[in-house]
Amino acid sequence: MTRDEALVQGLVRLGDNTLIIGHRVSEWCGHSPVLEEDIALANIALDMIGQTQLWLGLAGEIEGAGRDADTLAFHRDAWDFRNLLLCEMPNGDFGRTMMRQFLFDAWHSIYLGRLLKSSDARVAAIAEKASKEVAYHLERSADTVVALGDGTPESHDRMQAALDYLYPYVGEMFLSDEGDAVLAEAGIAPDPASLREEYDALVGRVLDKATLSVPENRYAQKGGRTGTMHTEHLGHLLAQMQWLQRAYPDATW
Amino acid sequence: MYAQMVKSEATQEDPEKLTAFQARIDAGEKIEPKDWMPEGYRKTLIRQIGQHAHSEIVGQLPEGNWITRAPTLERKAILLAKVQDEAGHGLYLYCAAETLGVSRDELTEMLLDGRMKYSSIFNYPTLNWADMGAVGWLVDGAAIMNQVPLQRTSFGPYSRAMIRVCKEESFHQRQGYDAIRKMAEGTPAQKKMAQDALNRMWYPSLMMFGPSDKDSVHSEQSMRWKIKMNTNDELRQKFVDQTVPQAEFLGLTIPDPKLKWNEERGHYDFSEPDWAEFHDVIRGNGPCNTDRLAARNKAWEDGRWVRDAMLAHARKKAARKIAAE
Repeated sequence: MTRDEALVQGLVRLGDNTLIIGHRVSEWCGHSPVLEEDIALANIALDMIGQTQLWLGLAGEIEGAGRDADTLAFHRDAWDFRNLLLCEMPNGDFGRTMMRQFLFDAWHSIYLGRLLKSSDARVAAIAEKASKEVAYHLERSADTVVALGDGTPESHDRMQAALDYLYPYVGEMFLSDEGDAVLAEAGIAPDPASLREEYDALVGRVLDKATLSVPENRYAQKGGRTGTMHTEHLGHLLAQMQWLQRAYPDATW
Repeated sequence: MYAQMVKSEATQEDPEKLTAFQARIDAGEKIEPKDWMPEGYRKTLIRQIGQHAHSEIVGQLPEGNWITRAPTLERKAILLAKVQDEAGHGLYLYCAAETLGVSRDELTEMLLDGRMKYSSIFNYPTLNWADMGAVGWLVDGAAIMNQVPLQRTSFGPYSRAMIRVCKEESFHQRQGYDAIRKMAEGTPAQKKMAQDALNRMWYPSLMMFGPSDKDSVHSEQSMRWKIKMNTNDELRQKFVDQTVPQAEFLGLTIPDPKLKWNEERGHYDFSEPDWAEFHDVIRGNGPCNTDRLAARNKAWEDGRWVRDAMLAHARKKAARKIAAE
């Protein structure tokens, strides 16, 4: 794998994460528990879509095959998506959505923190912008997880159930492959495996305050970031997200 | 106009106080929450601002309907930002209503059990992507017609909320027009979507201004109090006059065979919307009334455990803080 191939794959992974989780968060629009949450969730989705434009835009540029961010977002099928499985998991109740967001934000903030020092200036510049947004996302999702974990017996049980359901999708964040090795070697991006300790410490602190227990089973579901086996949920998400572009391929919008 | 058929309350109070109050309004002074005001003024404003706030909240639904299906990342971001702005407008308007002594939760309960209304326009469906353009162009356009004069309304918090809302609404209208222009200039299928959107949205947009003045029983008192700044017919005419050339520029046809420039009046003549349909929609028989209210009720019910937990956590946190001191 050449350096550019590895870089395109790394950028597509970042852009697909933000695109897919942003789509999920946007599904809440107008349906959240309280008006302030409608505003906050729309804001997070908006940041995610903005970051998608940057990551996929750069991926398309480096790839040099004439695909822009929109083409990559709307004209690939499920097997070409490289997002973490966690990002495509359905929203469930508000608690599960916020737990998914927290587990993602914690990883995202640590990963982007490393990208700030990327040897590739274009990557570092996007990380600079994105990390400011993500610091806020993490603060918010962590506070919400703490409040709902600690709140009432019902909310505690719902949050523990959310954590138990989503935890098998955490391990995939730290799996490394050939492309990651190429990027780490070139100082462009960190080796994912190297981030686990910091992640566990951060997540552990928050879950502890939230009075929630980290599941003992460390089995990791995988196949999202390699594209080898997504969940059944992604196909439905894409059917909705890409329908218009595929039904009217000759249109510009 | 996001508030329709707002009933004015009769007021039976000290005539001297009423005269002094009216004099302040006539002199262009702003009435602030702690100032004396007639009960009728307070109640009418609660109804009007509440209805406007509810419209912003319910209005998230027809546009939220297309966020997950937006055709480009940029259009998706624009739509998300717009719907977020609407939630924000709802928030300032609820805050303005709270200064009159009614809580956001009380207003919400009244929306959910049908005691309070929201604009009839949001009971119509959004069926193709061009509807997102048409909503911005026509619905926000009609809302602006009413809200620009309301920046000068007599109640301070409402006036200030309108100033902020109008800045964002004008932006939404331009974005909406840009979205539908792209459709109208696009492929035959896109043009068909744009025309279909205009066909469905035109008369419901005209209805947003409320019934004709000759049938509007609530206008007079509200106009004296500067809660309502123009008559329904004046605003509707202004909207038609502004919108017809914009439709012509797009090459779209307004679905009104009687639409014609009247040289003598200096205005377009146009067909009235079907007021029987309007009253049906207000009574709950519009195409989406049941689904819109069901969606809001579901959000509120499903969110109850979250609100309870947030409150419980805040109380525990405060208690722990006191215990630590």
